[in-house]
Amino acid sequence: MFAIVDYDTGNTRNLKKAFDYLEVATTLTADPATLAAADAVILPGVGAFAAAMTALNERQLVPVLQRLGRTGKPMLGICLGMQLLFESSAEYGEHAGLGLLSGHVAALPTNLGVKVPQMGWNQNQLQRSASPFASVDGAFTYFVHSYYAVCPRDEIVSTVEHGVTVPSIVQRANVVGMQFHPEKSGRVGLAQLAAFKEMVSANDFSSN
Amino acid sequence: MIAKRIIPCLDVAAGRVKKGVNFVNLTDVGDPVAIAAAYQQQGADELVFLDIAATNEHRQTMAAMVEKVSAQVFMPLTIGGGISSVADMQRILRAGADKTAINSAAVADPALITAGAEKFGNQCIVVAIDTAWDPASQSYRVYTHGGQQATPLDAVAWAKRAVQLGAGELLVTSMDRDGTKAGFDDRLYQALGAAVNVPIIASGGAGKLADFVDVFEQTPVDGALAASVFHFGELTIGDVKRTLKERGVVVR
Repeated sequence: MFAIVDYDTGNTRNLKKAFDYLEVATTLTADPATLAAADAVILPGVGAFAAAMTALNERQLVPVLQRLGRTGKPMLGICLGMQLLFESSAEYGEHAGLGLLSGHVAALPTNLGVKVPQMGWNQNQLQRSASPFASVDGAFTYFVHSYYAVCPRDEIVSTVEHGVTVPSIVQRANVVGMQFHPEKSGRVGLAQLAAFKEMVSANDFSSN
Repeated sequence: MIAKRIIPCLDVAAGRVKKGVNFVNLTDVGDPVAIAAAYQQQGADELVFLDIAATNEHRQTMAAMVEKVSAQVFMPLTIGGGISSVADMQRILRAGADKTAINSAAVADPALITAGAEKFGNQCIVVAIDTAWDPASQSYRVYTHGGQQATPLDAVAWAKRAVQLGAGELLVTSMDRDGTKAGFDDRLYQALGAAVNVPIIASGGAGKLADFVDVFEQTPVDGALAASVFHFGELTIGDVKRTLKERGVVVR
């Protein structure tokens, strides 16, 4: 059972539908015990960083997610959910994140001849060959975002180019983030969710 | 680099695709789920569903249809036709749509664009504009109600205003070209592209492969939408993308 964190942000139902399609059982929950008992925790998110952190704080989920992430619970943050995994974000002021990954979240530059938000399909370049998500290399996935992660190279699995180099998949041990929407990225997106499912089944995070 | 999008558009009434889609191996030519899956397989980048009989009752049916499609087809879905309130938007987004397109309702009440963008984010709000060249004023005039009603609005000025109000994308149909297969109205999209900095989807006039090449080479649009050429198999998404790729246009 995967637990999708229920904190009233964005559309979690398409994510649930994608897991249904992959025959992964999910539950939408904000209950710490249910999150702790799940095989993996999925952190979705659409909207603004500060509002999402406020919503997590109101449900007293920040320490819960931090503890689960640090004690090896497989965790997948998607879109804004990935950005929440980092230390901080500059979206509408400086705000603290969950700090499960090193780095911060910055605005996509608007002066580089690209449109912001990045909205559409962009081509991934694999940066870490030994990864459960290596099949993303060269494939297009669907993005909708105005902010991006600035983080150490050793956390980056893949990137896309949008004026700047944008991390598209990040991972440190059990904590994974996807900036794109795997649930809206066709066969390729489903393959990344399936790869996460495999990673959870194997549950071996010894090699980062 | 972000890819240029190729977008089939489907007319829907009472939860069924109207006029049907003639694909090989498609036994039910009006089933939205089967058609969406076939287009996903062909490599479509997004699907637009337009409710052409948008009564209140039909809007409920549309939401049910979106629920079903989004459980089987994992690509961006835009829903338009008869959406005239934030509650309408919410219902369709909750059902699994990624974007809602508003047209006549945005002209009647531009504040709806802002209300939708504030609640769901700009990326969810597509303003659809139907326009035709008006020789008298030497400008593109905006029409509403399925092209039935002329407005005093200039399309380029309206596009700018819609973006200021919160539109995250523009879906612009040339009524002069719609149904003619004479190619996209490249001059229209050049004018719009120079005026706004959100994605623009060109619609109306697609007839042959060269039309797609032209609109992407001659204008800054982000996507090209077509209906009949895809539905009747005159062109496949694959044909279009292969041709674009040969010309150096980035496609998925």
